[in-house]
Amino acid sequence: MSLAAAAVTAHAAGTHALAAHAAPSNGSHGFLSPTGVEITFLLVGLVTFGAALVTVTTRQLVHAALWLVVALGGLAVEYLLLTAEFIAWVQVLIYVGSVVVLLLFGLMLTRAPIGRSPDADSGNRWAALAVAAVAAVTLVWVVVDAFRTTWIDLDGPAAGSTEATGESLFQNWVLPFEGLSVLLLAALVGAIVLSRKAKAEPGSPSVNSGAATGSSPSVPDSRNHPIGRNGASEGTGSGASEGTTPAEQEGAR
Amino acid sequence: MHLAYPAVLSALLFCTGLYGVLARRNAILVLMSVELMLNAVNLNLVAFDIWLSRAAEDTLHSGQALTLFTITIAAAEIGIGLAIVLAVHRNRGTSDIDRLRDTAEGHDPDHDSPAAGQAEKAEATA
Repeated sequence: MSLAAAAVTAHAAGTHALAAHAAPSNGSHGFLSPTGVEITFLLVGLVTFGAALVTVTTRQLVHAALWLVVALGGLAVEYLLLTAEFIAWVQVLIYVGSVVVLLLFGLMLTRAPIGRSPDADSGNRWAALAVAAVAAVTLVWVVVDAFRTTWIDLDGPAAGSTEATGESLFQNWVLPFEGLSVLLLAALVGAIVLSRKAKAEPGSPSVNSGAATGSSPSVPDSRNHPIGRNGASEGTGSGASEGTTPAEQEGAR
Repeated sequence: MHLAYPAVLSALLFCTGLYGVLARRNAILVLMSVELMLNAVNLNLVAFDIWLSRAAEDTLHSGQALTLFTITIAAAEIGIGLAIVLAVHRNRGTSDIDRLRDTAEGHDPDHDSPAAGQAEKAEATA
């Protein structure tokens, strides 16, 4: 999360990250005669869409995260094709770099099974498929009908270069930018508070109330886990998020 | 470039994420699908910003600024979401959102037979 702010500020303060992206000039627009950029966009888009489909349908949880990398990287290439260079590199840094790593950490910390898990999809899969298909048909129809005669002009200097984005961001969007830093701070504090073990407050129901019935089968191995015990006593970071102290478990019971 | 290319790709990605949110059971896979939906929105924002910066000579670059904000908020969201999922997993032993029905209205079979519920949780832990 702090990586996001750091990346944004570092890049915006920097100079040109890339030279202007070359786009072939096309004088006349044709719907059925796509240019090279359009063909490239289409191919990368197919890869991205296929990776997204595999992400939501595969039964191997870790593979879903890895296919998500392909989808997000494909989207970064699409941003480059749209001459939005700064967004593309921010996408690579934050999504591929940190979000997917966080997701993989989450998968491993929740002891996701390696290999196929037959219950990855819930029972309402067909209803979900129907809803998604109807939404897709509707959205695609509306979008194609609305923008049938609209072309993006990709010639000239890149509209999304670091210079243009930085000027716009720090001339017109300073206040939202600073507000966003406050939001990141709030998210940081919130994540720490959530992942820290609750100090043994007698009678505080907190999040443990529902677990009181099933606590003994659910947390036996974290009790025997030395890292969890040490981390909980020190109250630091990920170690504390892994285990709970024996005293708190007594309280939960 | 025809504007329909990024718009259609964005719509398809959004619906893929929608399917994932509705059909997945693991909470982390649901978070992945939410990320797909947010990325679809980002692609739309960037494409329309590039279009409007030429067609309407818009110099605010509001689409790209909003995309940066969305990426930041998505990073914050994934941090908070994973913290919540880990807390739930620590307390319940499962991150299967179909089993977290304590606040659900109506008939809940888990409450009728607590022994079966405990067996399920033990099974989810193993």
